[in-house]
Amino acid sequence: MFVPDFFGQALNGLSYGVLLFLLSVGLTLIFGMLDVVNLAHGSFYMLGAYAGLATIAALGNFWIALVVAPLVVGAIGAVMERLALRPLYRRSPLDQVLLTFGFIYLFEDLVKWIWGGRIRSIPPPDVFSGSVTILGATIPSYRLFVIAFGFAMAVALWLLIERTRLGSIIRAGVFDAEMTAGLGINMPVVFTAVFAFGAALGGLSGVVAGPIQSASPPMGAGILVPALIVVVVGGLGSLKGSLAGSLIIGQAETFGKAWLPGASMMMIYLVMAAIVLLRPQGLFGRPLK
Amino acid sequence: MRVTRRAFLAGGSAAAASVVAGPWASRSHAQGGPVKIGLVLPYTGVYAVLGESITQGMELVFARENWTVAGRKIEMIKEDDEMKPPVGVRKTEKLIDSDKVDILTGPVHSGILMGMRDKVHSSKTILIVSNAGADAISRERCSHWIFRTSFSNWQPCQPMGGWVAKNVSKEVFLTAPNYQAGKDMMNAFKETFTPAGGKVVAEDYPKLGETDYAPYLTKIKQSGAKAVFAFFSGTDAVNFVKQYDQFGLKGSIKLTGAGFLTEPDVLPAQGRSALGVITGHFYTPQLDSPMNKKFVTDFKAKFGGKTPDGFACQGYDTAEVIVRALKAVGGNTQDKDKLVEAIAKTEFDSPRGRFRFDPKTHNVIQPFIYIREVREVTGGLDNVPIDKVADVRDPGTGCTLPT
Repeated sequence: MFVPDFFGQALNGLSYGVLLFLLSVGLTLIFGMLDVVNLAHGSFYMLGAYAGLATIAALGNFWIALVVAPLVVGAIGAVMERLALRPLYRRSPLDQVLLTFGFIYLFEDLVKWIWGGRIRSIPPPDVFSGSVTILGATIPSYRLFVIAFGFAMAVALWLLIERTRLGSIIRAGVFDAEMTAGLGINMPVVFTAVFAFGAALGGLSGVVAGPIQSASPPMGAGILVPALIVVVVGGLGSLKGSLAGSLIIGQAETFGKAWLPGASMMMIYLVMAAIVLLRPQGLFGRPLK
Repeated sequence: MRVTRRAFLAGGSAAAASVVAGPWASRSHAQGGPVKIGLVLPYTGVYAVLGESITQGMELVFARENWTVAGRKIEMIKEDDEMKPPVGVRKTEKLIDSDKVDILTGPVHSGILMGMRDKVHSSKTILIVSNAGADAISRERCSHWIFRTSFSNWQPCQPMGGWVAKNVSKEVFLTAPNYQAGKDMMNAFKETFTPAGGKVVAEDYPKLGETDYAPYLTKIKQSGAKAVFAFFSGTDAVNFVKQYDQFGLKGSIKLTGAGFLTEPDVLPAQGRSALGVITGHFYTPQLDSPMNKKFVTDFKAKFGGKTPDGFACQGYDTAEVIVRALKAVGGNTQDKDKLVEAIAKTEFDSPRGRFRFDPKTHNVIQPFIYIREVREVTGGLDNVPIDKVADVRDPGTGCTLPT
């Protein structure tokens, strides 16, 4: 009884944690590079879900949506960076926070205007519509796909950042943007590209979460708090931190719900408080100056 | 202040005019001016579909009467409460104080209902609740001025307890969002479930707005329960029912619940995951009565083929009550006590069955709570009635209306 229960909850926590990773990695990337806390990141998640819905409605295929929706959201991100964020880089962080906060409402109303407020949902792809039992624990096969997909994405991102020229430019930019520009790198273009890439990752998480959750215009604002907690726990701007933070928060919240249902909301805040007390910069963050 | 001769004359003649015109002026206000009906409902956000359905149900009735009842025009003043109590209360105050509505209706959200209750009661405004189910409005917080055409939270759940124990299983897992309505509904279920020999295996109360029910579903699976009784609505209902199916629970553990779990606002998003779910509710468009068939046909004709839902039925009945009561008092909305009396006596054939209020609480007596199963019908999925429990009347504990 205990073993399947424990194992089942650990799997639940893992699939939830991986979803949090996909959601938060774009946020942490944008923060690390651009020093912008993009509160509208949850909106990219929502836009991804709706772009995915529209693609599936038009072409009837989940896998095409998984490619198309992030591209659409990435393009929206690029436009947002060029037109709205760029003029504000020299202003205080508060102005940027207010701007991205405003975008939450803008995107929410845009989606309501196009698709209406009705609740929608993305059905899981046919191959992953059932469930499987492992060691006595039942889990939807789609969630197993999410776990595999999330780890594959983590590896791909790690390779991109650690093993490619683009990655070394990004890492250099995170370390010192002015110095990198001095080396002849066109930083404004890199900024736009990174922001668009982060937005696309947000959009991707929206499509991946679609078959598990429902889609409605307020969904973006709802997911923002867990994403920010993950980033704080893992360390701002760190890929490894984003993965570790997501997995820890995923397990903490899942076991909190399973064992202490009354206090499940408190669990993730307790974990965050404990980690921030011991390591104010987060698990893998740069030490605070 | 110095009173000029001109001002004195102007004031004097105005006063004289009002004395002369007096009886006719007030008569025209009572009989000739429009009857103002204020609606406090959500018109934006996820719950806008509920506000829309309720409003359409009302419009169907008023359009049938050519928007004129007992010689007076019907005027609806719609206010969007955004499902936020402070907004709903503010809009209520606006409708009562500046628009001076004759009758108020709404809201969807129980928190808004509890927030507007005192203002409605102290200003002696007639309120016909067209959705919010807070039990308290039919119990210790009931009011001479407040009626309810929709339901109390207790009503769709209490009959389900005995029915599930008898027809589904005696070992049931209970789950609902962690707030007052959720707990009220589970307690109502237990009222008839336990005496029928039922055993509550375990209960869980996830937070309102939960997106990942996986931990709870694993617990349900391991609990050994043979059935689940659940109440969720909105996005919670979609997420819960979808994930319940994805975890493979549907085949082995029967999912039952309060009707809101599979209402038409969430059913399309749930899709086939909802097939076989059994719920209790006072209405379904699948009812086989001539009255309901006419309602469904007329509603579809007027609103572009849209099938009416329980919310539309609530709106329809609210407007029907208003029309019949206004006719009974000859369109006189000045004598509020007479109007309240007329509303309380209203009785008619509604799409849900014979409609009447409980004189003890001013809450509707549900002619039936239908036990419905989600099945495939022509045009998609719908809640098909498989059984019913008659005359479900809220106990009204603690309500003492002046009679």
